[in-house]
Amino acid sequence: MIEPELASQAVRTALERGATDAECTLAEGEEFSAQVRMRALETLKDAGSRRAGLRVLIGQHVGSAHTSDLSHAGISQMVESALAVAAISTEDPYAGLPESSELGSLTGDLRLYSDDIHKFDTAARIQAAMDAEEAALAWDPRITNSEGASFSAYAGGRVFANSRGFAGSYRMSSCSLSATPVARQGDSMERDYWYSLARSHSHLDSPANVGQRAAERTVRRLGARKVPTQKAPVIFDPITARSLLGNIFEAVEGDGIYRKASFLEGKLGERVASENVTVIDDGGLAGLFGTSPFDDEGVPSRRTVVIDRGVLRSYLLNTYTARKLGMRSTGNAARGVTGNAGVGHGNFFLEKGQRPPEEIIRGIRRGLYVTELIGHGVNIVTGDYSRGAAGLWIENGEFAYPVSEITIAATLQQMLMDVEAAGSDLEFRGSVASPTLLIREMTISGQ
Amino acid sequence: MPLSDSFFGQKFGITEHDLESYLSEALGAGGDYADLYFEYLATSQLSIDESIVKSAVQGVSLGVGVRVIWGERTGYAYSDDLSPEKIRKAARVAACIASGPSKVDKTGFVEARRRDLYPVVTAPNETSLADRVELVKRADLAARAADRRVFQVQASYADSLCHVLIATSDGVLSTDRQPLARLGVAVLAREGAGVSQRGYSGGGGRVGLEFFETEHTPEHFAREAVRQAIVQLDAVPAPAGEMTVVLGPGWPGVLLHEAVGHGLEADFNRKKVSAFSGRIGQLVASPLCTVVDDGTIRNRRGSLNVDDEGAPTQENVLIDKGVLRGYLYDKLSSRLLHSKTTGSGRRESYQHIPMPRMTNTFMLAGDSDPEEIIRSTPRGLYCANFGGGQVDITSGNFVFSASESYLIEDGHITRPVRGAMLTGNGPEALKYVSMVGHDLKLDEGIGICGKEGQSVPVGVGIPTVKIDRMTVGGTGG
Repeated sequence: MIEPELASQAVRTALERGATDAECTLAEGEEFSAQVRMRALETLKDAGSRRAGLRVLIGQHVGSAHTSDLSHAGISQMVESALAVAAISTEDPYAGLPESSELGSLTGDLRLYSDDIHKFDTAARIQAAMDAEEAALAWDPRITNSEGASFSAYAGGRVFANSRGFAGSYRMSSCSLSATPVARQGDSMERDYWYSLARSHSHLDSPANVGQRAAERTVRRLGARKVPTQKAPVIFDPITARSLLGNIFEAVEGDGIYRKASFLEGKLGERVASENVTVIDDGGLAGLFGTSPFDDEGVPSRRTVVIDRGVLRSYLLNTYTARKLGMRSTGNAARGVTGNAGVGHGNFFLEKGQRPPEEIIRGIRRGLYVTELIGHGVNIVTGDYSRGAAGLWIENGEFAYPVSEITIAATLQQMLMDVEAAGSDLEFRGSVASPTLLIREMTISGQ
Repeated sequence: MPLSDSFFGQKFGITEHDLESYLSEALGAGGDYADLYFEYLATSQLSIDESIVKSAVQGVSLGVGVRVIWGERTGYAYSDDLSPEKIRKAARVAACIASGPSKVDKTGFVEARRRDLYPVVTAPNETSLADRVELVKRADLAARAADRRVFQVQASYADSLCHVLIATSDGVLSTDRQPLARLGVAVLAREGAGVSQRGYSGGGGRVGLEFFETEHTPEHFAREAVRQAIVQLDAVPAPAGEMTVVLGPGWPGVLLHEAVGHGLEADFNRKKVSAFSGRIGQLVASPLCTVVDDGTIRNRRGSLNVDDEGAPTQENVLIDKGVLRGYLYDKLSSRLLHSKTTGSGRRESYQHIPMPRMTNTFMLAGDSDPEEIIRSTPRGLYCANFGGGQVDITSGNFVFSASESYLIEDGHITRPVRGAMLTGNGPEALKYVSMVGHDLKLDEGIGICGKEGQSVPVGVGIPTVKIDRMTVGGTGG
């Protein structure tokens, strides 16, 4: 691991050369990936890199720099570079580091790093990918091709220090297994995927499960057709519901709020969603992907209730956006290694409801079950929502046939109000998570 | 230019002998081919926000990627340290993909014939920060002055200067100096207590700072961003259902990028997972459509003297009068498909494995008068600008979202609409092209294409085009 002291040294050097405040981030990572395709090894990648970033203040002027050269000379040049850009920036009355009293770190084992990701050698990792692909190919005769399967592993670390006395570091690990089969039936060719992602190898799903699930998801898309343009209920599966949660995050993060660039600006304390919607951000849940002991400004991670049974309770803020809004940081600063921090999330999720997803589907007479969303048709300023979709058509509570080449549209405001049910199937597959969601009505465009 | 005079020769003392020895190390366990990609990247970003230059960042990144190809297999490793022992270590890791006797290729390199598609004497990254900061300050002032309804302005400027050195075991040695700059302006406007609307405009290329002095000035982009936001203030919800769609010239060429371009990248076709697989020689578009990918246009954002595998870029005809003519190849896919590389091997950085990618993708001009195209449309949607798009290359289904579009009623462009999303199927959509304008325009130079987690700069272009049938996704009737 990088010497954590290097960050504190860079901060001291910056202060010696004229900065009034400084913060330094070091990041390093090692990546491994093995990709197989049609039962043969295709790609092996194995490498690591390191990076340092510095942000300085000269009074209320801010400048940032970063480098891949962590030698003494490289760090020295980074300090000079940051000071040089600070000189051309404008005075910003709101710029500054968190107050010393706000700094700190969660204690206890957050289970972000596990040595067991190194337990398997290259051959075993390749075999895991082979097994996942084989499971997909064997699942159904219509699976005739594959875009491959892959195993990847990552181990890295992050160090942060600032001139208000904060110094902290943590290590992270992850591994993942995925498969992308291709199915064919007549003229119809479809692909889909499935994956498992975990901080430790022992929590990874089995290759057989990953492959089978990928195959099921792919085969069920075959023979997809368009449906007539209409208004109908729409069920988001947990994968597509995640992307909707991502849109909610964009609408509550402080940057868009203070700029008045979000449809949820000025709505604190108001009803913005149905009672079925409770949204939480929690950066302290052990072993998950949105977890960290402190945010990227050295403020401890925490749990924030964002929407409580439909009522907007809190925005997510870093130090800068909090000052702009006259509020306090919620420990949500995020950045690469340098620059002014943006706002990120911890584990951002919608709380599960009572009904199993099967029951929600059974309750729909005619509607759409969405399994894939593509494109970028979401406008956080206005709330306008229109995305390309694929999924399954529901008739009388049963899946009738697959659909594709359609779009679904509404406004986020209306969709949030129209959440009629959240399923009981909340599962974390990354830092954003949602159970199955039923939206009362959206416009479906097809034929 | 001899290697000793090149950037990497001068700054790091790298010699041909060094390169040969690293390549031998990479082929130490056999393999058919190996290459080295050295990259030194200097970047700057400046932005103004609430009329304050809040953020300015400078950075440097350096590294080398080593690749070994053995049949269909690729081994890859990289190092952010250019010391010989670290490069050798990376070469040995990449070599693990192959097993067999070491392979010594012919020694010596032939340097590719040099050309200079971006003859920029002083790259933007080499000018003073004070000069560059003026660009965002001017954009901010111009946007605020353009209309009283504007209440937020963010202007950002980013540039980079990338030095690359590529050496391959089949004897190619290429060096290139790749400048890139981009200025963008985003505004929010509101009328009274009404809904806010966003506008965005930007441009750039492989250009010097002088590019922003004439025509592509900060004021030009600022006024355009404001115009788009103001137009949206009166917009009605987009219609829903199948209708005639007319694409305006320029950035709407992103349709070609999504509907056609990705599906013609040779890696997908080698694996037979593209909706276009096995369709060479077939009619996949109306005979009015000729689509090319051309990496050789001077100063364009998507252009390169050599691709990221050291091969010269070229003009590639993808669709000729409606007939599918060819794919975009990198070295691996051209070896496996017994074709020639089309100079389409690109990568995001030394940490990434090259793959077939687009450069500047556009449709050639046709004969129709753009105004006649509108006049001939009783009812439809006119799309002047787009946000982004995405495609599922296997089914061929694509979408893209219109950021500025209007209803066409009785042959006239009438009301602006908001939130329109277009969807279609790659090999089918262009069959419905019934008119192609004579007004080919390339975009202003802001495109970024993402594929398998790698982003690269690209360009797109299209003349005014009428598509008789396409699905529009909105909420309106």
